Amino acid sequence: MDMTLPAVNWLSVLPTLLLSVTGMLALFWDIWMKDDERSLLGWLSLTGIVVTALCSWLLWGQNDVESFSGMFALDAYAVFFHLVFCLVAGLTVLMSLTYLETAEIRHGEYYALILFATVGMTVMAAATDLILIFLGLETMSIAVYVLAGIWRQHLTSHEAALKYFLLGAFASGFLLYGIALIYGATGSVQLGPIAEHVGAQGSSPLLLIGMGLLIVGFGFKVAAVPFHVWTPDVYQGSPTTVTAFMAVGVKAAAFAAFARIFLHTLGAVHTDWQGILWVVAALTMTVGNITALVQHNIKRMLAYSSIAHAGYLLVAMVAGKELGGAALMYYLVAYGLMNLGAFGVVVAVGRKGEPHEELDDYAGLGFRHPALGMAMTVFMLSLTGVPPLVGFTGKFYIFSAAVQAGYIWLAIIGVLNSVVSAYYYIRVVVNMYMREGEAIVELPSLRSALGAAILIAAIGTVLMGVFPSASMSWAGASFLSLG
Amino acid sequence: MEHPHAAEVAVQTVSYLRYIVLFPLLGVVFNLFLGPRYGRQVVNWVSPGMIFLAFCFAFAAFVQLPDGGALVDSVYPWIYSGALHVDIALRVDPLSGTMIMVITGVGFLIHVYSVGYMAHDDDVVRYFAYLNLFTTAMLLLVLGDNILLLFVGWEGVGLCSYLLIGFWYTDDEKASAGKKAFIVNRIGDAGFLLGLFLLFWSLGAHGVWTLSFSEIAAHASVLPVTTVTLICLLFFVGAAGKSAQIPLYVWLPDAMAGPTPVSALIHAATMVTAGIYLIARMHFLYSLSQTALAVVAVVGAVTALFAATIALVQTDIKKVLAYSTVSQLGYMFLGLGVGAYAAGVFHVMTHAFFKALLFLGAGSVIHGMSEEQDIRKMGGLRSKMPTTYGTFAIGCLAIAGFPLLSGFFSKDLILEHAFGSPHGSPLLWLIGTLGAGLTAFYMFRLFFVTFWGENRSDPEIAHHIHESPQVMTMPLVVLAILSLIGGYFTVPELLSPLYGHEHPHVSPLVKYLPTLLGLGGIGLAYRLYVQDPPFVPGRGGADRLSRQFAGLHQLLLNKYYVDELYEAAIVRPLLAASDWLWKVWDTVVIDGLVNGTAQVIQANGSVLRFWQTGNVQTYALSFCCGAIVILGYYLW
Amino acid sequence: MVPTSYHLILSGILFTIGVTGVLLRRNIIIIFMSIELMLNAVNLSFVALARHFGNMDGQIIVFFVMSVAAAEVAVGLAIILLVFRGRETVNVDELNLMRW
Repeated sequence: MDMTLPAVNWLSVLPTLLLSVTGMLALFWDIWMKDDERSLLGWLSLTGIVVTALCSWLLWGQNDVESFSGMFALDAYAVFFHLVFCLVAGLTVLMSLTYLETAEIRHGEYYALILFATVGMTVMAAATDLILIFLGLETMSIAVYVLAGIWRQHLTSHEAALKYFLLGAFASGFLLYGIALIYGATGSVQLGPIAEHVGAQGSSPLLLIGMGLLIVGFGFKVAAVPFHVWTPDVYQGSPTTVTAFMAVGVKAAAFAAFARIFLHTLGAVHTDWQGILWVVAALTMTVGNITALVQHNIKRMLAYSSIAHAGYLLVAMVAGKELGGAALMYYLVAYGLMNLGAFGVVVAVGRKGEPHEELDDYAGLGFRHPALGMAMTVFMLSLTGVPPLVGFTGKFYIFSAAVQAGYIWLAIIGVLNSVVSAYYYIRVVVNMYMREGEAIVELPSLRSALGAAILIAAIGTVLMGVFPSASMSWAGASFLSLG
Repeated sequence: MEHPHAAEVAVQTVSYLRYIVLFPLLGVVFNLFLGPRYGRQVVNWVSPGMIFLAFCFAFAAFVQLPDGGALVDSVYPWIYSGALHVDIALRVDPLSGTMIMVITGVGFLIHVYSVGYMAHDDDVVRYFAYLNLFTTAMLLLVLGDNILLLFVGWEGVGLCSYLLIGFWYTDDEKASAGKKAFIVNRIGDAGFLLGLFLLFWSLGAHGVWTLSFSEIAAHASVLPVTTVTLICLLFFVGAAGKSAQIPLYVWLPDAMAGPTPVSALIHAATMVTAGIYLIARMHFLYSLSQTALAVVAVVGAVTALFAATIALVQTDIKKVLAYSTVSQLGYMFLGLGVGAYAAGVFHVMTHAFFKALLFLGAGSVIHGMSEEQDIRKMGGLRSKMPTTYGTFAIGCLAIAGFPLLSGFFSKDLILEHAFGSPHGSPLLWLIGTLGAGLTAFYMFRLFFVTFWGENRSDPEIAHHIHESPQVMTMPLVVLAILSLIGGYFTVPELLSPLYGHEHPHVSPLVKYLPTLLGLGGIGLAYRLYVQDPPFVPGRGGADRLSRQFAGLHQLLLNKYYVDELYEAAIVRPLLAASDWLWKVWDTVVIDGLVNGTAQVIQANGSVLRFWQTGNVQTYALSFCCGAIVILGYYLW
Repeated sequence: MVPTSYHLILSGILFTIGVTGVLLRRNIIIIFMSIELMLNAVNLSFVALARHFGNMDGQIIVFFVMSVAAAEVAVGLAIILLVFRGRETVNVDELNLMRW
């Protein structure tokens, strides 16, 4: 039998390989490592992530061709997301270096799992084949299921892992079914041929149902209403750093694949999915913000806030085209920075055995720890969308894209939502500055990896808001590489 | 009326306008990061110093301003989104030039005064950081060349106002005042943002994607009148929130909980005029819509009279001044609403002088009286605080419209336009004129009760009454001089390139009646509060009047029960609805759905088991419902 | 020869049975088995479609899906075990430490 090996472009999987190798190294090193040396694993992971980020950076725009017979493409779009994932994973690892101590999580596989989840994300962003996207999604999800339950001392963590796992697997079934139907409608699972088929023949009932199931599957991962219900429980129960990683990384990866499939591959039939996403976006923003108003647990509040932000991101998807796509990518970075920062502060406020996750625990924080208070204020204001922070410019890009695409009502719903959202974000600030709190005896030190993570997030939040044009044009160029 | 086309204005590019904003910002950074290390002495110099430097640059810009032209400083490109290009660009024209002079000038005086006022407060570094931040944001608001930059300043001043009201955080009442200010301003912001997006979209529909003022002005005429009206009204909601007009004025009197110099700077001289500035800046839109102008004028006039009546009976020195501010802002809106933009802005300036003076004077009194704010426990301060007394008198005369002082010129100009302008009406004039009489009365009531007569405070406090230190009295003297001569700054002529030049000719009766009523108000105050001893039950004309009209007195004393009305009509239903959504929707509807489905399919299902929340299967059900709806949409 | 549509309909029915199982059964293990049923229903579609198109894609995909399912089982059972050790129950209704 005559077999020809497909031309393999190893450069296109270099970032993914680097992360995998680092993950495996971390896993093996852990076997003969003493308990008190575990933080070395964190530094190893961080090194791997930084090297991966540098490689991805160097590969930007170098490698636009598809490889592995059209299953994988490290185009500028993928590189952009690789860098986002490296940023998210890097900040998560920095935060974990402090957090694992206070939360008393002593499992070496923690860092390896973070790295493997990141591997899955990079595959999702770069894959140009539905099955590869599915594999990336599962690689990421399975690692995150374990991470959610890694806080073994806490029953809530078990429960979060179980809920996430059951519902995640359930949603994967829908996603996979959608892939099967699209395969049935177009005869291919590769994005290129699907796009050609759809462009030539338009939609068919089978394709429509397949598309609907994909929306359901991705809707779960990005926490869009009504597929969002797992979010608060899982975010609340998981270890805080994992929550941060989930809220930002998983969402970004899901949007990377979601946008590649819908904005690019299925772009020719956008009239068939924009209506649905319009409704989902409006619902997601509104339900997320309204429910967040009555929360008292800060992680739960941030979970609802992340639902609301998924809504804003969906607005960008509805707006579509270059503007919407670029706005989506820019806002994902913005959201990542301010949300990771906020979770970083949550980590800093927690102590051994006392997570301090209630809003009341933040009373007076602004006076007892001015630096931490100021950082949290910046993150909360940015999440609200107060100018000139990155949350404002990001939202403005999104709503401006929506208006320019003719979706004035969606923009108005979004604007009203962000006005309402101020109430619960500012409540955190009010708690920090306008109420007397019980003195927490042990004040968190910010001269640590955690402090560095919060500082990076805060500086990013301010600078990207004041000088947004460079990153925005970069996002635009990356989106255009989709062709 | 014909306005010169904005694009034809001679624009000169300069690169120093940025320093007007940067110096106060530098002050913020210094206070936040180095202030705690260097301590009070250094901060006391740095913070006012930065404002003074900003004042110098503002003055340079003002002097260099070409006749009828503008200075523009494009710092860097900011937000580029498709066809929309927004730059960080600052613009000084006669309007923003006037505003920055007031903000940096009066702001500097208030900073200096604060050095004395806050001398005994431990948190002076944080205080100055907020004050500098406020000045930065306010300057950005008036200098911004596009609506988005204006909005940056708009949010910034709101935030600082909020932080400064709650400055002494331990006091619950102050924190809740901050909350009230926040919510009301959020309503205003919603109006502002909706107006912004509507304007953006409707201009875009004609192929013009822009947020820059000059380009909007150049293309505004393509918009249909109903759209313009809607946009103007939405912006007016924002303006009414910021500038405390009916029905959004409720936060301003409560905001007096903050330190007094803050009230002077933010809640009297600068931030509350942001709404006036917004409308004056967007005048080309308002001039296109009769309806919007009429709404502005009516709301302004009604607020002017309404707030003045409340001020008649207040006994807290700062509350009187707060309602007086609301009332004076009403006059400014009245001016804008009758198309007399220049007169409105003129009054912004004179009001900044005399109201800052009055607030700082009140602060000096409160300082001297060991934090007492109740005027019933004051009296006879004339001899003990001579400088404060003299300057306060000038402030009162100015606000009462005493001939040849600053308030006389600006307020009379507004009222003449209210009568004689094509957008005006005699009724608006009448309301404003009545308000002018009341203003004179309540201000002199305050003045006589505080400074004349016998001292009514506790002997212990009376013993300590002292004049404030020079660092506090000097700003008072400067502001008093400005209040005396402010009317001769020819702001309307300065602004004529923007708003045209016209002066309605009205009969002498219309022209002089407000002044006469003002003098009458002063006389009545003298009769009731000097000839009769004030606040002695059963004696004196004021007491007799309040007993004769007991119902009215109660109504005024309780500020028309507006807070209670809002509580009953808005806050409580809102909370109830939120509670309902949370409890009923989540526990009954969602769970009930699960419950019902299960009962049908699984007859032996225990009811209670399904009432539990946090259940994976509830979540899976919600998920499936979503999937079914989406698939249903595609199948049918 | 059985038409492809028959396979697809059977696959749809199996998928629906799986979904119903997830919604109605109380035992976590059985819920998990129902999810596996959903995945296998999809596998049936893939194989049927592969035969319909006459290409190998669908059949290869099934192998991937099966390995993913195996990985899910490994992690899933571990998580269920963890929960069982903590709570001594495999009834989903009793897992509601966090709500609203």
